[in-house]
Amino acid sequence: MNAVAESTPAAEPVAGIEPTKFHVTTSPDGAALDLRSFNLWYGDVQALFDVNMEIQKGLVTALIGPSGCGKSTLLRSLNRMNDLVDELKVSGEIIVNDENILRSGIDVIALRKRMGMVFQKPNPFAMSIYENVVYPLRVDGVSNKKILNETCERALKGAALWDEAKDRLQESALSLSGGQQQRLCIARAIASDPEILLMDEPCSALDPIATAKIEELIDELKGHYSIVIVTHNMQQAARVSDNTAFMYLGRLIEYGTTDTVFTNPRAKRTSDYVTGRFG
Amino acid sequence: MAITAESTGKASLVEEPKRLGVRKYSADISAVGEPWLWGLGGALALGIILVAGFLTMIFWNGASTFWPKPIHLVTLTDGSVVAGEPTRSSVYRVSEAIREQLGETANAMIDEGDGFARRVLYRSANFDLYGDDFRWVSEYEVERIETPADFFLLERQEWGPFVGRILKVHFDGEEIAADKLSYGQLRRYQDQARDRFHEIRHIEQKDIGAVNYYIERQRLGLRKVQLRHGDDSPEYAAAAARTNARIAELEAEFAGYQARIAEIRERDRKDRFLLEEVGGRTKDQLMSEVVRLYPANDLSFGQKVGIYLSRWWEFLSSEPREANMEGGVLPAIFGTVAMTLIMVVIVAPFGVVTALYLREYAKQGKIVSIVRVSVNNLAGVPSIVFGVFGLGFFAYTMGVTIDQLFYPERLPSPTFGTGGILWASLTLALLTVPVVIVAAEEALSAVPRSMREGSLACGASKWQTIRRVVLPRAMPGIMTGLILAMARGAGEVAPLMLIGVVKLAPMLPIDTFPPFVHLERSFMHLGFHIYDVGFQSRNSEAGKPMVYVTTMLLLFLIVAMNSSAIYIRNRLKRKFAVGQF
Repeated sequence: MNAVAESTPAAEPVAGIEPTKFHVTTSPDGAALDLRSFNLWYGDVQALFDVNMEIQKGLVTALIGPSGCGKSTLLRSLNRMNDLVDELKVSGEIIVNDENILRSGIDVIALRKRMGMVFQKPNPFAMSIYENVVYPLRVDGVSNKKILNETCERALKGAALWDEAKDRLQESALSLSGGQQQRLCIARAIASDPEILLMDEPCSALDPIATAKIEELIDELKGHYSIVIVTHNMQQAARVSDNTAFMYLGRLIEYGTTDTVFTNPRAKRTSDYVTGRFG
Repeated sequence: MAITAESTGKASLVEEPKRLGVRKYSADISAVGEPWLWGLGGALALGIILVAGFLTMIFWNGASTFWPKPIHLVTLTDGSVVAGEPTRSSVYRVSEAIREQLGETANAMIDEGDGFARRVLYRSANFDLYGDDFRWVSEYEVERIETPADFFLLERQEWGPFVGRILKVHFDGEEIAADKLSYGQLRRYQDQARDRFHEIRHIEQKDIGAVNYYIERQRLGLRKVQLRHGDDSPEYAAAAARTNARIAELEAEFAGYQARIAEIRERDRKDRFLLEEVGGRTKDQLMSEVVRLYPANDLSFGQKVGIYLSRWWEFLSSEPREANMEGGVLPAIFGTVAMTLIMVVIVAPFGVVTALYLREYAKQGKIVSIVRVSVNNLAGVPSIVFGVFGLGFFAYTMGVTIDQLFYPERLPSPTFGTGGILWASLTLALLTVPVVIVAAEEALSAVPRSMREGSLACGASKWQTIRRVVLPRAMPGIMTGLILAMARGAGEVAPLMLIGVVKLAPMLPIDTFPPFVHLERSFMHLGFHIYDVGFQSRNSEAGKPMVYVTTMLLLFLIVAMNSSAIYIRNRLKRKFAVGQF
């Protein structure tokens, strides 16, 4: 990813909203992530326009918006998964622990270790359940049995999968059901004890019961981790998140406490979207 | 259309499609699938029939080759007799010139067949007496056919089989009339004599072979000293004295073995069969030179099965004799399998690493496209070209350099500087590497992006992701490529003829002398064996059954190697079978 140092022309303000003055639920610990004038281009096409937002530590932040609005792109920029894309350009800053992670010299691997990520479709590896959970430690070269066992138990308990999986840790992860697989992926994401958990529509491939379990889990994980969740499901955003950001065509339209965004949005587009008039 | 049909009535239903340019589906062949389906099914059926016919031919001929056939004693109308195994028959048109010389009854028979006559090819054997192995006998010249119980078929070490009666047995000075001996007793005599033959063989190959090996080593060691220190140096003089003393010791040992062999041979000469062919000529046959004997017309079913199995065993477990026309193919089996396995060991890492770089690391662009196209084209280069390249590059360039650097004492006789199993395997690896690269690339690109992302998001580096997630996942696909490469490589003959395959290899590439594995040695190959027996032998008719049997064996070997690879692949695949939802 090439961080463009010069400031690019700021994107036009949309719908008369001052982008910086959002009223969000704040955390006593401050911001986990701070995006400042973040722009992103795929080749010549700009996908994100001047995004400014502070993601609060220890809280759940939901990203909502119609398809193609850039939510996933934004989420994947936070741990630089977008690096895999050819011809990507970015500008602006994303500050984590006083460091701009868009800087070219940054250790991307270390960054990703601080951010767990859960994907849209469960993607367990074709290994045993145990090996899936301790995978982040394995790539770190940890081979101490005791540490691995403890981590496995802690992560599976954290992902509310321990009771179901403790007797079959050596079985293939692919033998789990879809919902269990997704919780396994969450366990894998929290195994290396990250600070931030990024979730990209984690429930879209799951049935309602599995979804309810994951939502419950998000509630429990909150506090330990700062969670950013992309979702298409408005009710889900309303249920699990503290703050909600609404995006449209690559722009951050509204960012505020979940209550405000859903009950008293300031922008018309937001209210149209959350009430189901478009999207 | 349905709505229009309802509103406008039946007549317009027929016309309307034409007006709209809509096809009438029930009539248009390009729209209806069924005729093509028949075509596809027919093509498949044709393919299956061809393959099945080919396999049936090979298996029928191959499996029946070793079954003992009866011996017919045919008395011809002119009074002469022929004895032999009927091998095949055909119908032919009798030429006028021949018909003029035939009698009335024969001509009447031919007329009955509209000028055609049947003839049977008898394997009369006795090449040493007749100068020929086979004889055609036309039906019209046959007076009568008998199957006498006292006719034996003797397979011999040299000259091929003998068909005839056993008159007398000379055993250690005694002379016994053969009609007093049962088949079992004859076989016991022959077994004893045969054991002596094997003993001589063993001494020649193992003991004398070892002596020769050590003498050669001494000589090479001396030559090494000579090359390093020069002719006049004191080191050379000392080494020469040492070496000569040791060689003298070894030669004494050698003489001992020679004496032992002479002793056995002396005893051996006392055991002989006195044979008589059908025309009455006799032949004095050393008993130890008889591989197998049986009364072809006087065998129970169990005895036939026994002979059948013993012939198979000989075929699979011993070396060829009689210019590869008879005996076994063990060295060829060994050479084929060893070469294929070495090839796989070379081609697998080479192909996978190339594919990994092309797919995962190289920046996709013009150069990579050119490389990819070149790799694909490599698969279309005639294999003989690879053979020429292998000979020129591996043997004459690399091999000669290796010889100069590491084996100067053996020059001018080449070690690696000529064809050998290593160079042959390398050449075949080169020939099959495109298959592996293409299959491996395909397999790598089929690994879901979500797997890579999942791993990268855990903080794994690109290499860790490839090694721990991508490669295991792509393994079944890579194995498929290897299986294809193996099948291609095991069946390839043309390049091997240039680069290491020989008609008869005196030594296997693996033996008991250090360094135990001799990859520089030339070797035998089943594919080449088929060519050699079928087309390079003195008597192609006699070689024909061997061609079938060897082909069958080669097919079986390839199937066996492929099945084991497929088994491994399926076990790998099972790991990735998704049990989702």
